[in-house]
Amino acid sequence: MIVVAFTWAEFAEQVAAGLASGAVYASLALALVLIFRTTGAINFAQGEMATFTTFIAWSLMNHGLGFWAAFPIVLVIAFVGGIGIERTLMRPFERGPVVSAAIVTLGLALVLNGLMSVIWGGADRTFNGGFSTRTVKIAGAHISIQYIGMVAVLFVLVALLAVFFRFTKVGLALRAASLNPDSSRLVGIRVGWMFALGWGLAAVVGAIAGLMIAPIESLGPDMMQVILLYAFAAAVLGGLDSPVGAVVGGLLLGLVITLLGRYVGYVGQTLKLPVALLLILALLVVRPGGLFGRVAARRV
Amino acid sequence: MPRSKLLLEAVSFAVLVALVWIAPHHVSDFHARELASVGVYFIALLGLAILTGYSGQISLGNGAFMAVGGYTTAILSVDHGVRDVWTIPIAGVVAGIAGLLVGIPAVRLSGVYLALVTFGIAVAFPQLLKKYTHFTGGTTGKILTLPKAELGVHTTPNRWLYYLSWAIALVLLVAAWALVRGKAGRTMQAVRDSEVAAVSSGINVALVKTLAFGISAFYAGIAGALYAMSVFYVNPDTFPILLSIWLLVGLAAGGVGSLAGLIGGAALVYYLQNHADAVARWGNHLPGLSLDPKQPGIPSIIFGAVLIIVMLALPAGVGGLMRRVLRPLTSRLYSRS
Repeated sequence: MIVVAFTWAEFAEQVAAGLASGAVYASLALALVLIFRTTGAINFAQGEMATFTTFIAWSLMNHGLGFWAAFPIVLVIAFVGGIGIERTLMRPFERGPVVSAAIVTLGLALVLNGLMSVIWGGADRTFNGGFSTRTVKIAGAHISIQYIGMVAVLFVLVALLAVFFRFTKVGLALRAASLNPDSSRLVGIRVGWMFALGWGLAAVVGAIAGLMIAPIESLGPDMMQVILLYAFAAAVLGGLDSPVGAVVGGLLLGLVITLLGRYVGYVGQTLKLPVALLLILALLVVRPGGLFGRVAARRV
Repeated sequence: MPRSKLLLEAVSFAVLVALVWIAPHHVSDFHARELASVGVYFIALLGLAILTGYSGQISLGNGAFMAVGGYTTAILSVDHGVRDVWTIPIAGVVAGIAGLLVGIPAVRLSGVYLALVTFGIAVAFPQLLKKYTHFTGGTTGKILTLPKAELGVHTTPNRWLYYLSWAIALVLLVAAWALVRGKAGRTMQAVRDSEVAAVSSGINVALVKTLAFGISAFYAGIAGALYAMSVFYVNPDTFPILLSIWLLVGLAAGGVGSLAGLIGGAALVYYLQNHADAVARWGNHLPGLSLDPKQPGIPSIIFGAVLIIVMLALPAGVGGLMRRVLRPLTSRLYSRS
């Protein structure tokens, strides 16, 4: 039932692969947490938004731009797009029940998925990422440079976001608006625009996730669907209101799933996800807020 | 509750029964089959309404309970030769037990966490079905026998499915109505509105929440069994992940708080999934719009757009719309408490 042949070199490679996929889950989970924390709603369209921006990057690269030239352009487009979506589509649902907002994001996901098929066609295509696919030899193991790059991008992203939230006025306003919208309005914060900003940032983070995973999985309209599921699991694991939790949850989930799938024969490829979800459920029973989340004290 | 309100509800129910009875004579055989599917969704939505609407536990996993019911029917009728009609209550009970098992750990979770965990169950379940092939037939699944009219009824298979589904649906509607109107319903709503207050009133919150899951799963299991019978084939893709999400959409569209409005929700969910081409043709009447419903991607765009429009136009669902429309009548008969 248990372990197959084991070498340290392969273990290191599996760990690298697990952390790299974990970095993608973590990024998308971070986007989900951003929107959940600012607006309280779950964005089911996060994956499709990321795939959409990745397709835009693909088109730009098809017209001759290099990956790193297209990168900032796509991030700006994602930012503007995210703000636009919040201000138009989500605005009527800011104050209503969260379920309605969630269903609207579901509708958005469907629309985006369909648009991608219509504009770019449903076939998968290769995407050349920003990192070389060569491997580097570290202590006997062949670690892909791409994996190292992905994890590095995640850490840079997290650092930038942390600086933004802690040391800038806008970051403070965003935190205030999500914590207490009514009081924030009283001190002059435009809460609606803060929500929009949250969506914009989430769209950017999602775009980065898409750009990182596209070289590994081929680029197609359904690319992010399974990854979004893992991202939800990672966000829940880490605590839905904790960005740190999203990152830790994502990396942990990526690691656990890769290692379980490789080393526990019974689990194999089919049971990877159910087992991971079972573990998360077990954790939540013990800690209902996830690893780093806080369960709000309930008033009677 | 006021006598006049009770009378009004009884009359509406009688009207509904009459409509259900005569409808097959006025629609084609195929449409009878479609209406049967609407009935199946209605049963599943009744269960979800009890769980999410009345006891406040958001579940994105009822599709998995439908799968439990559907597979129970398949396994019993294919592998053990049980007559399909008798598998329906068994499927309900088996699914109900699964619901109780899920409900026990779910007591500790609330809100979005519960929603995502149940979503995880919906995602994981097809994988489990694929793994345990000995039981479930794996990805190939099982083929059931074609439905035939039974119990002394002589009619076409489609109309038989219609009558079976809707007879069960109406019985379950009355059961749900009785549950919700009585003490049990008020207990559930108390748990939904404030757990702390409910506990201090002496309610066993864990028991109520777990039972709600069990009942909801029972309904879903019956719906799953009927669905399996109507497509006479089960495999892991018969009850996909998206099904659980469609159920929640149906609940939101039907309107929480109105059991009959759920019929509208069920109709929306069924017709949206299966008649994107009709919506596209209708949309083509608008100036400037020219949609080819056969092009891949267009159906998705249409579903999504309709979903968004429905949420914008009917924030309280079909039930809310019905209440608003009927208010001039009902406000004269009784005062709203």
